[in-house]
Amino acid sequence: MNAIPAPLLMLENVTVDFDGFKALSDVSMMLTPGTLRILIGPNGAGKSTLCDTIIGRVRPTAGRITFKDENITQLAEQEIVRRGICRKFQTPGVLPTLTVMQNLLVAARKNRAWWRTLTTVTPADELVRAEEILEKIGLADRRGIMAADLAHGEKQWLEIGMVVATDADLLLLDEPTAGMGPQDTQRTADLILSLLGRHAVLVIDHDMSFVEALNGYTTVLHQGQILKEGSVAQVRADEQVAAVYLGRGKE
Amino acid sequence: MKISSRQILPAMVLLFGACAPLLINAYELSLLGRFLALSILAMGIMLIWGEGGILSLGQGVFFGLGAYALALHLKLEGLNIANGDMPDFMVWSGVSALPAFWYPFASPWFSLACIVLIPGSVAAAFSWLVFRRRIGGVYFALITQALALAFSTLLISQQAYTGGFNGLTDYSTFDGYDITSNFAARVIYWITFVLVTICYFALRWLLATRWGIMLRATRDGENRVRFLGHNPLPYKVGAFTIAGVLAGIGGALFTLHAGVVSPALVGVVPSIEMVVWVALGGRNVLWGAIAGTLLVNFAKDQISSALPSLWLYGLGALFILAVSFLPAGIAGLFRPGSPEERVVRRMLTRRKLETAE
Repeated sequence: MNAIPAPLLMLENVTVDFDGFKALSDVSMMLTPGTLRILIGPNGAGKSTLCDTIIGRVRPTAGRITFKDENITQLAEQEIVRRGICRKFQTPGVLPTLTVMQNLLVAARKNRAWWRTLTTVTPADELVRAEEILEKIGLADRRGIMAADLAHGEKQWLEIGMVVATDADLLLLDEPTAGMGPQDTQRTADLILSLLGRHAVLVIDHDMSFVEALNGYTTVLHQGQILKEGSVAQVRADEQVAAVYLGRGKE
Repeated sequence: MKISSRQILPAMVLLFGACAPLLINAYELSLLGRFLALSILAMGIMLIWGEGGILSLGQGVFFGLGAYALALHLKLEGLNIANGDMPDFMVWSGVSALPAFWYPFASPWFSLACIVLIPGSVAAAFSWLVFRRRIGGVYFALITQALALAFSTLLISQQAYTGGFNGLTDYSTFDGYDITSNFAARVIYWITFVLVTICYFALRWLLATRWGIMLRATRDGENRVRFLGHNPLPYKVGAFTIAGVLAGIGGALFTLHAGVVSPALVGVVPSIEMVVWVALGGRNVLWGAIAGTLLVNFAKDQISSALPSLWLYGLGALFILAVSFLPAGIAGLFRPGSPEERVVRRMLTRRKLETAE
């Protein structure tokens, strides 16, 4: 048996209460470095809230979030990001009037102190990193284009690229294939799989073909609670899951 | 050095600006100097509104702070305050002794420093308090408008200390130098012209730095920037502070040219007018802000002397026209990839798609 690796992220009994509505109740979860985790569930199951809670946009009513053995439950958003968690939003959150390259460079800034920005010179290592990512997300020939002018799928890739550029240890990708055709969806899955090892990735989606393409350890969320965990095949075979989610999804 | 064709026009503008005192009459020169002073303020609005996405309807406050910082000194010039001398309006208001806060302004250097420091620190403190609470957009615009109203009301109500509604006027010297002669008018013009040029190139540099990119990034998606691990606050507060300082410098220079500062120049209506200059000229281009200021103010001078009651309607019409048809202002017409050009391009592609179907 291999030794159990130290957890990267731990959620312990996290509850989020929006004025009496429990968006998350008593959720516990553990992620190991460099691995993939898929989070699925019907609309309103609390997937996005879970993401929001991890990055500090929403504060848990109860419970504890630990990242690299540090309690991050009450840290400011940018502090959480600086510890190494970065999130892609559901609607593409690119910076529309900056070029593709500038978008990546904003994300790739290593020293985030504002007074370090009073220069026109970009550090070489950040340029190299941005260049690598540009290649990886397949937008190398679009580098000088304003992000607003990209196609929808390209915006999604750019934002994934930005999240990767921060060099975070944990990437949270909220519906990275929303609004994509099957071909682009497959490309996105390949892109995400290529990130593993260097980054741990938590993917939220409810497109089953995408989830199957990723084929990782899956957690099913339903009404703010964890309903089932296991491989995609196991989750698919589960009757309870089928009843709340897959059955409806097939209609 | 080789001069490319793109540099000819800017070089000619600079040359004309520098030689203007020799080319145009004294009245026109005084107008041009005044409006150039205002264009320093307008560049600040371009920075916060165009590049930072922060709409301030209260730039008159910072303009006024700079203007009054200088005017306080100019009113004390030639007075022997140790002897109990006081500015004329105080005597008329029945004030018995010079108020304590006036004393340091007897020093020209203190006054010059205050032109930068007072608007700068007020802008920094105010914007930090507001942006820290993540208040932005329309709410921020309304707060700044309230600030302008409060400021002008305060100036009017404290007649004995501020000159009230009439403001401060009737200056004669600065640090012993006569500022009313024709020669002085030229010197003041050249100082203004040099400062406009310096501010222009300094801002151009600033907008080309990574700081400028971060400011635009914050405008485009404050949350995205925050969730990339950056704190948007220093960029917003920094931009607002710079705009405040520029407004203060503009205010002080304007006071020198016009020979007066009064609450009517710093309240709600002038603050909104300032935004209109930039909206019309182009809020994403520095020269657009300058051009808009000159254009609107020369038009105002012409129209309001011919038909005084018509000007406000004209201004309103100009603003509506600019917002509906020229979202990037006059400067937008000259820029490839501007919103106007995009609208046209989008309409063309749509038509093409429709015909294809």
